[in-house]
Amino acid sequence: MTTNRDAYEAVIGLEVHTHLLTRSKLFCGCSTTFGAGPNENVCPICMGMPGVLPVLNRRVVELAIRTGLAAHSTIAPYSIFDRKSYFYPDLPKGYQISQYETPICKGGYIDLPPTENGDTRRIGLTRIHIEEDAGKNIHHESYSLVDFNRSGVPLIEIVSEPDLRSAEDAGAYLRQLRAILRYVDASDGKMEEGSFRCDCNVSVRKRGAKEYGVRTEIKNLNSFRFVEDAIEYEVDRQIAIVESGGKVAQETHLWDPARKETRPMRSKEYANDYRYFPEPDLPPLVVPAEMVEKVRASMPELPADRKARYVREGLTEYEAGVLIADRDVADYFEATLPGLKNRKSAANWVMTEVLRVARDSDQLFVEAVPPANEVGALLQMVEAQKISLNAAKTAFAAMVKSGKGAEATIAELGLAQVSDESAIAAACDKVLAAEPEKVAEYRAGRDKLFGFFVGAVMKAMGGKGNPKVINEILRAKLAG
Amino acid sequence: MPESKITLEQVRHVALLARLELSPQDEDRLRADMDEMLAYVDKLNELDTKNIAPTTQVGEAGTPMRDDEVTNQPAADAMLANAPSRERGYFKVPKIIE
Amino acid sequence: MPSELNKLTIAEASAKLRAREITATQLTRDCLERIAAAEPKLHAFLTVCEKEALEKAHAADARLDAGKAPALCGIPLGIKDIYATKGVRTTCASRILETFVPPFDATVIERLRTDGAIFVGKTNMDEFAMGSSTENSAFGATTNPHDTERVAGGSSGGSAAAVAAHECLGALGTDTGGSIREPASFCGVVGIKPTYSRVSRYGVIAFASSLDQVGPFTKSVRDAAIILRTLAGRDPRDSTCSARPVPDYESALTGDVKGLRIGVPREYFVEGMQPEVEKAVRAALKNYESLGASTVEITLPHTGYAIAAYYLLATAEASANLARYDGIRYGLRVNAENNIALNETTRAKGFGAEVKRRIMLGTFALSAGYYDAYYLKAQKVRTLIRNDFERAFEKCDLIVAPVVPTTAFKLGEKMNDPLTMYLSDIFTISVNLAGLPGMSMPCGHDSKNLPIGMQLIAPPFAEETILRAGDAFERTGSFKPRTPVV
Ligand SMILES: [Mg+2]
Ligand SMILES: [Zn+2]
Repeated sequence: MTTNRDAYEAVIGLEVHTHLLTRSKLFCGCSTTFGAGPNENVCPICMGMPGVLPVLNRRVVELAIRTGLAAHSTIAPYSIFDRKSYFYPDLPKGYQISQYETPICKGGYIDLPPTENGDTRRIGLTRIHIEEDAGKNIHHESYSLVDFNRSGVPLIEIVSEPDLRSAEDAGAYLRQLRAILRYVDASDGKMEEGSFRCDCNVSVRKRGAKEYGVRTEIKNLNSFRFVEDAIEYEVDRQIAIVESGGKVAQETHLWDPARKETRPMRSKEYANDYRYFPEPDLPPLVVPAEMVEKVRASMPELPADRKARYVREGLTEYEAGVLIADRDVADYFEATLPGLKNRKSAANWVMTEVLRVARDSDQLFVEAVPPANEVGALLQMVEAQKISLNAAKTAFAAMVKSGKGAEATIAELGLAQVSDESAIAAACDKVLAAEPEKVAEYRAGRDKLFGFFVGAVMKAMGGKGNPKVINEILRAKLAG
Repeated sequence: MPESKITLEQVRHVALLARLELSPQDEDRLRADMDEMLAYVDKLNELDTKNIAPTTQVGEAGTPMRDDEVTNQPAADAMLANAPSRERGYFKVPKIIE
Repeated sequence: MPSELNKLTIAEASAKLRAREITATQLTRDCLERIAAAEPKLHAFLTVCEKEALEKAHAADARLDAGKAPALCGIPLGIKDIYATKGVRTTCASRILETFVPPFDATVIERLRTDGAIFVGKTNMDEFAMGSSTENSAFGATTNPHDTERVAGGSSGGSAAAVAAHECLGALGTDTGGSIREPASFCGVVGIKPTYSRVSRYGVIAFASSLDQVGPFTKSVRDAAIILRTLAGRDPRDSTCSARPVPDYESALTGDVKGLRIGVPREYFVEGMQPEVEKAVRAALKNYESLGASTVEITLPHTGYAIAAYYLLATAEASANLARYDGIRYGLRVNAENNIALNETTRAKGFGAEVKRRIMLGTFALSAGYYDAYYLKAQKVRTLIRNDFERAFEKCDLIVAPVVPTTAFKLGEKMNDPLTMYLSDIFTISVNLAGLPGMSMPCGHDSKNLPIGMQLIAPPFAEETILRAGDAFERTGSFKPRTPVV
């Protein structure tokens, strides 16, 4: 298998559905709050009662435009809503209001962050469109229960070009897309609450081939892990079919995370024809240039712009790339800076110490790490030589656990550095007096012994001596 | 008898899409009725519409947009009152085919 | 001796109510008594709201006594069973909604309530407004008050018959392809379909959303103007509803039509139509000329294609609009082992033959491979039909034509031939496709004493022209409307 596998490449396109951060639903005044009791956030409109009509939420349009601008899409001045017809118990009207031929955003791209070896990739977008979510079915053994709280919650669907070539690619794209959505406050990107979901179109072809293979669509992917696992599985499955001389069937599969396999959906074969047509209950959506400009003016600095600024301010491409990948991380980095002279050391600290803590935690980034201003205070103490770098690391680890501030932690753990020259001179004298032979050797030309003396003085001072001052005094005394 | 515009098989497929259970008599009757209508609407092909834009709606373009405000209070009981079958606050349905 | 206040027009009753010559309670009671007497023959109502109506009448009297009465205070109306009425069963004349009680009011219902109107009941109709005779009601047909062996027209047949038979002073209907104008013509009352988007559709159970429009049935043109004022205007709940200001329609009723240019469409006087219908409409045109209006022949060359375009567009929209009746959240459910079977059996049992026919045709017209040939083609022809009217209105201010080629036909006469039934809408359908306002009003009767209607059609939002011309005819018309036999 492994040898044959290398002869193929996967072609992957992703369709991401993400909830937008609005107070009310797309077409009615119901709350979008997650976690309400069953059928509490519903009204005749989102329940599809007879005679009801949709009225568009302006905030949804603004957030779609924001996302489009962040992804370099063209904002359509004129787009229409369509009805997508299919029956399902959680779809109250028997159709979903969506956009088919004329989405609000066309084209665009997303740049993936650089990999370890500095590679960057640009993934094309086909479109971004607005649509409504369906309710939720809760399956039991012999029956199901339906909750319409989610029905009518606004979504945008972001469709990529088939530019992805591996499960890792797909994971990187999704993380970057989520970062952008969070940058522009369009979405919280919470997969666990179903507010960020992904369908994958996967096909395989012989490496170097121009034609695409037959693709399958995998639905029901609500974590990055599932996406990556499902793609791995599906690519292997398709290669095995092609290798054994078979043909991949164009069908829709569901990912079963428990069994770690995909299986075809039954009802999709039953009858699959969405009969799109223009929604007669909504006039065309007109987005005047002024509206786009107003949204543009309200945009936060985008990842690419922020990265360019960081590089101008002295960081490397790599450092800037890592920091801007997540808006929370970049904001955090900037919040450590006031009062600091060296932003590079702050960047390093955030990239190593802080991100390590975040990675090891299940919490959101901002909840998992100590406040940025406290980390800034810690770094300022290092700059002012009040503490050593090692002491700072010790203090940081303690702060993560205790939640206490930098100053209090340093005091509590007694990590403050001694720079008092007389105290250091006394320690030096003691060490030199105890090691007359080594002093003689050093003076005879064994320069390497200098480090030994520094270490010994440091040890004598319980690790709190200022290394710079120790160096100076030792050199003077040994020379003397 | 002129060429038929729709087959029984097509009628069955459309009934699947429309979720209508049809008896064999229904199928025959609908095939005949649809056939007659489709033959009748064929007259539209007498018109050259190559350069004609379609009319979807007769109103003004530019759908109104509402402010993003929550205006509905939870009223689960009123919304569930017409449910043919319910369990706790949910609508109850038989086993769902995915 | 019954007081027969139910025979008053809205304008007359309003004046007497305000003068406290009569009470709303007495007026409502007379309507309810009339309903009790006539319903066994007519079947114009699906639900009669006796208790609620009398309660509202008492409240109206209190307001009238206090001298703080809004426009329609104390006026008993019938409401087509297509309007969502909070707490009152709303069936759309379908088994699938037989038990449905909406938790909300349609916008126009809310407006009528605010203006003090009293609802005596929900009127019969063709199931989901699909039909031209009210014979497609799942609960039995309505008969024509002028001849109970004949249809009342449809789909708003119950409302037309109820007003004609004085069961109420006015009624609401809806018009998708002629569903107000045709029954108004058959029953000898006034029925107006306003410009598309003039009146909110919120809470009106949808048949074909781009064509459906709300309108009143009344005994006089003035009454139509009074009700329309309450109905019309922007609704933040209907995105397609126009924000144009609403004129005071009643003040347009000057009786003056001097200089009005009336277009007479060549295509609306065709061979095969009942000669008495043509004669009555031509007589009305002469009448207008004598009042100082001029007539000019116009042409609407795509008239012959309207029915074909309409039946593709209306059924396509309907196929989606009726998908919500799936047995899950409200209405009929026929139990089955899984969700798909539940949908299929519920819809098979819940919908009547005509509704199924249209769902099937519409689903087909939108299905993969047929969309362009049927649905899109019909949309393009819709453009041609709109253009016809645009061109015609360069030459005239108003179009006058027949409403239907014949007077009311016999019950059962067209039930086995859907296409022939559809063809009776030939003069009304184009107006819906173009989104124009159109009114039907009595202009004569045939040798069997069956009413003949005349249709007045105007450019978008020119309801005032229609009402002014209609009222002028009513004041001077040479014929006297016949009293219904029921
Ligand atoms: Mg989608
Ligand atoms: Zn809602």
